[in-house]
Amino acid sequence: MTGPVQTFTRLQRALHWVMAASILAMLFIGVGMVSTVGPQYLSLFTTHKTLGIALLVLALVRLGVRARSGAPPLPADLPRPLQLAATASHYLLYALMIALPLIGWGMLSASAYPIVLFGPVRLPAILPQSDTLRTLLWHAHVYLALAFFALILLHLAAALFHGLVRRDGVLASMTLAATRRGDASGP
Amino acid sequence: MRETLASSLRTHLGAYATIGAVVTALAGGFAYTAGWLSPGRLTPTKLVDAFAPPGGPALGHRRNHAKGICFTGVFESNGQGSVASRAAVFAPGTFPALGRFNLGTADPGAPDATVRVRGLGLQITAANGEVWRSAMIDAPVFPVSTPQAFYDLLLASRSKDPDALKTFAGAHPEFAAFGAWAKSAPYTGSYAEERYNGLNTFLLVAASGAERPARWSFVPQGPVVPISAADLAARGPDHLEKEIAERVAKAPQRWTAQLTLADPGDPTADPSKAWPETRATVAVGTLVVQRIEAEPDGPCRDINFDPTVLPDGIRVSDDPFPAARSAAYARSFDLRTAEAKHYPSR
Repeated sequence: MTGPVQTFTRLQRALHWVMAASILAMLFIGVGMVSTVGPQYLSLFTTHKTLGIALLVLALVRLGVRARSGAPPLPADLPRPLQLAATASHYLLYALMIALPLIGWGMLSASAYPIVLFGPVRLPAILPQSDTLRTLLWHAHVYLALAFFALILLHLAAALFHGLVRRDGVLASMTLAATRRGDASGP
Repeated sequence: MRETLASSLRTHLGAYATIGAVVTALAGGFAYTAGWLSPGRLTPTKLVDAFAPPGGPALGHRRNHAKGICFTGVFESNGQGSVASRAAVFAPGTFPALGRFNLGTADPGAPDATVRVRGLGLQITAANGEVWRSAMIDAPVFPVSTPQAFYDLLLASRSKDPDALKTFAGAHPEFAAFGAWAKSAPYTGSYAEERYNGLNTFLLVAASGAERPARWSFVPQGPVVPISAADLAARGPDHLEKEIAERVAKAPQRWTAQLTLADPGDPTADPSKAWPETRATVAVGTLVVQRIEAEPDGPCRDINFDPTVLPDGIRVSDDPFPAARSAAYARSFDLRTAEAKHYPSR
């Protein structure tokens, strides 16, 4: 088989969808936990910390996989501004996937909280206690998370635009049912 | 380009409607989760704002228990707590402690005699690095049964309606026990003479995994001399901070850390209900306060004494308050650390 790949690898697709569900859950948990004083506050906060660190690890793995496996090219007839928007938004999505957990971890460190993930499992502080730092990171965490949600909505709208309006194979390259041309082990 | 878009819209109307519907549904769910569509929801912001006096909060300070002084010392664990809990703070040993004696007021300048409730914020760090934080008060029971009732109490106490508190007490019979204590209990002339009670119920987890509900108190080892509010007022507006600094400079002050173990059927979800006096207690160690430091630039100022910061071996129970306190303390901490420039340094 020759020619460019048409879909993401199965590993890439699996990572994408697991992370998509987890990131959406993180954003909902985040705004949910800071707006409640109910008993669920504690389990939401614990989940937010634990899932956040898991996502940081997954994002780094995903970057490595992306560097190795690449991505299918965008359709040649996609207007240049949309091509640029697609590329820029993907860089931003990756940046936020890595930055938000790090900022959260830094915020807990600068707050002098012990960072307990679950039971006796703890993470070390990555910053010293500091009012100035924690305030900066707190604001960054909130506004970047809201921007992340907006960007995800845009990403989703664009994916559906490719799948429902343009029907150009871009959405299909990431759906779970996709088969990869040239993937010898593929079904 | 414009024509293409218009014709694309016509041809793919259903597709565009689907995209719009999906995005709107997600955004709507997000707004609902964030509470933006539920103005009646009790949020940490509302709860914390309700503490503010009419002139607004004291910027840079804790939103409640705003007046306080730092201490450092040690917790000498005698090992007796290990029977009920595998927490490393209960293993025999001497662990660093830091804390804060405080008054239950939103005004950091309140004269001592005008404040009924005194508190102790405490942090103990076990040998393995696990941290146990607690924020206790000298009242024997909490005023109300639920966080919502506590919010309503704050609103009633700030209300312009002179009968607001009476109306509140009528609707919340559990308030009577705290009210009786507030009215009749004597004061003392020292932070060192107070018994500090955790009031909330936590679950102790033994090495076997067995769980038992418990409450804890720090009981002063020295003599307690009851005095009247008038006597206290006569000693000056900041007597307590001066007195504890002088007292600790002369000799370390000690409290016995005491766990009270629940019997089956004891109310665990309601800190306004005291447990019977006959419940088993275990003295698990001694808090030794060795050094007093002013709060500005002191070691306790930037610590959030969140009662859900717990070592492995102590868990929250069905008591709804630790979660509500954690959420509200985090909000207060967000606000005051962002206002740090308003906090006078030494």
